[in-house]
Amino acid sequence: MSQSCRTVLRVCSVHKSFAAAGGTTVALNGIDLDIEAGGFVSIIGPSGCGKSTLLQIMAGLATPTSGEVFFGSSRVQGPPADVLYVFQQYTRSLFPWKTVERNVAFGLENKGTMSRAEIAGRTRELIGLVKLTGFERHYPWQLSGGMQQRVAIARALACRPAVLLMDEPFSAVDALTRVGLQELVRSLWRELNLTVVFVTHDVDEGVYLSTRVVVLSRAPAAIALDVPIELPTPRDQIATRALPAYLDYRARLLGQLFADEGLKSMEAA
Amino acid sequence: MTDIARIDNPAAVPATPARRRGKLGPFWNTRLLGVAFIGVLLILWEIAAANAIFPPMSFPRMSSILSTWWQLLASGELLGELLPSMWRMFAGYFIGVALGVAIGLVMGYVRFFYNLLEPITEVLRPIPSPAYLPIMILFLGIDDEMKIFMIAFASVFPVLLNTYSGVRSVDPIQLQTARTFGVSGRKLLTQIVLPASSPYIFTGMRISLAVALIVMVISEMVAASNGIGYFILSAQRGFKIRDMFAGVLTLAVLGYILNRLFLLIENRVLAWHYGYTQQRT
Repeated sequence: MSQSCRTVLRVCSVHKSFAAAGGTTVALNGIDLDIEAGGFVSIIGPSGCGKSTLLQIMAGLATPTSGEVFFGSSRVQGPPADVLYVFQQYTRSLFPWKTVERNVAFGLENKGTMSRAEIAGRTRELIGLVKLTGFERHYPWQLSGGMQQRVAIARALACRPAVLLMDEPFSAVDALTRVGLQELVRSLWRELNLTVVFVTHDVDEGVYLSTRVVVLSRAPAAIALDVPIELPTPRDQIATRALPAYLDYRARLLGQLFADEGLKSMEAA
Repeated sequence: MTDIARIDNPAAVPATPARRRGKLGPFWNTRLLGVAFIGVLLILWEIAAANAIFPPMSFPRMSSILSTWWQLLASGELLGELLPSMWRMFAGYFIGVALGVAIGLVMGYVRFFYNLLEPITEVLRPIPSPAYLPIMILFLGIDDEMKIFMIAFASVFPVLLNTYSGVRSVDPIQLQTARTFGVSGRKLLTQIVLPASSPYIFTGMRISLAVALIVMVISEMVAASNGIGYFILSAQRGFKIRDMFAGVLTLAVLGYILNRLFLLIENRVLAWHYGYTQQRT
């Protein structure tokens, strides 16, 4: 980790509670988190613990009940221009009335700072990066799930964001497609000097992809574990996953999750 | 959309045509059956009239109706009546659609306008348009303005209600996605809300097209000196029964053509929608 430890995204004692039947439910209970520039940070936790809520607050899509989020030096009050979000539900996030290239160009067209030719060039470049050349004129619904999520990733990256927030982006695709998407995101992260915050419920995915894994506890969520992942690069789907260090990380994180769920004691009994 | 049909990637879902073309099989499995059925009914009409089952005075032979119709078409007389009718109908229809979309959008988008306009919509909507025709004559006279207003007013509601439902059903994830790209306010309306609710808007527009045709004929029957509605009623009053039937036949053909044209445009504009909904089911 020779990169400078400049913090791009800072979450300061964020609380979030929802009004629910018979009172309020506390989802996030005082989260402090600094995301350093160039990092690949995975947030894992039991389902329903509020990790997606945390990501939405970081994106400016939801407001915390108390606490603040800073992007650089400015306080996040709406979606910042340099922070983009990739939704889990790609079928609903892509615009079905737009072709692949119109979807990818969407963010650029709305910035209004680029000429038509520049937009076309950037769009072509990004479609190439996510390996969808030849599908420019297709509609999203004519593509497989993995391809659709690649369109969504290209659409976000076309705007050259500093930070990419990804909410369980690969949970709806099959295992092989998932491996392909993992490799794609890893390589884009390296090539484009991105900062990625990646929410997942899959410990293996988190360890394999990340430079750091943050484990949230059951709701009301707090940070239970914050582990820097020091595995050799470039990572390899088979070799990396067989390293003793990888297995150690995996065991440690799973242990934390299982303890939180009370699973270990059930097995022992 | 021919380029879409040629997909060589197995992962891709091929585009399916919006309407399923009937395979050539026995003719009773095709639409030809229904066309033949119309022919049979017309022949039965001819036989019934030839045998004077109904008073021949008011029930002429189909063959004579068709030949009268042809003469009226050839002489340009029917066209002379149709043109003013079409002008009134389309002027009123497009004003109604524009208003319906605009009001439906703000009602769906801004809670204040929904609360303000929803009750009055619900009160005005059930009034059958012929009922306020006398009032309109009082205020706007019997000229084109009155008819256009009537047609526009009646066309507003189906479009308005469907646009409103469309806006309410826009996927929140699409809106959030747009927000992350910094799209908000009026841009969000034109870039996301309008296209996303266009299938609903088209449904409303199709209903309004039929409504516009009805109100056009009624308003011309009550107060006009030309137009197809006027033509049918005055033919009946002048005992030109074959002309009367020819006028009604003209309306049938007109309604059919308008609907086909509408579907043609809809299939083009909403091609994405048919594919999208097919993928999700």
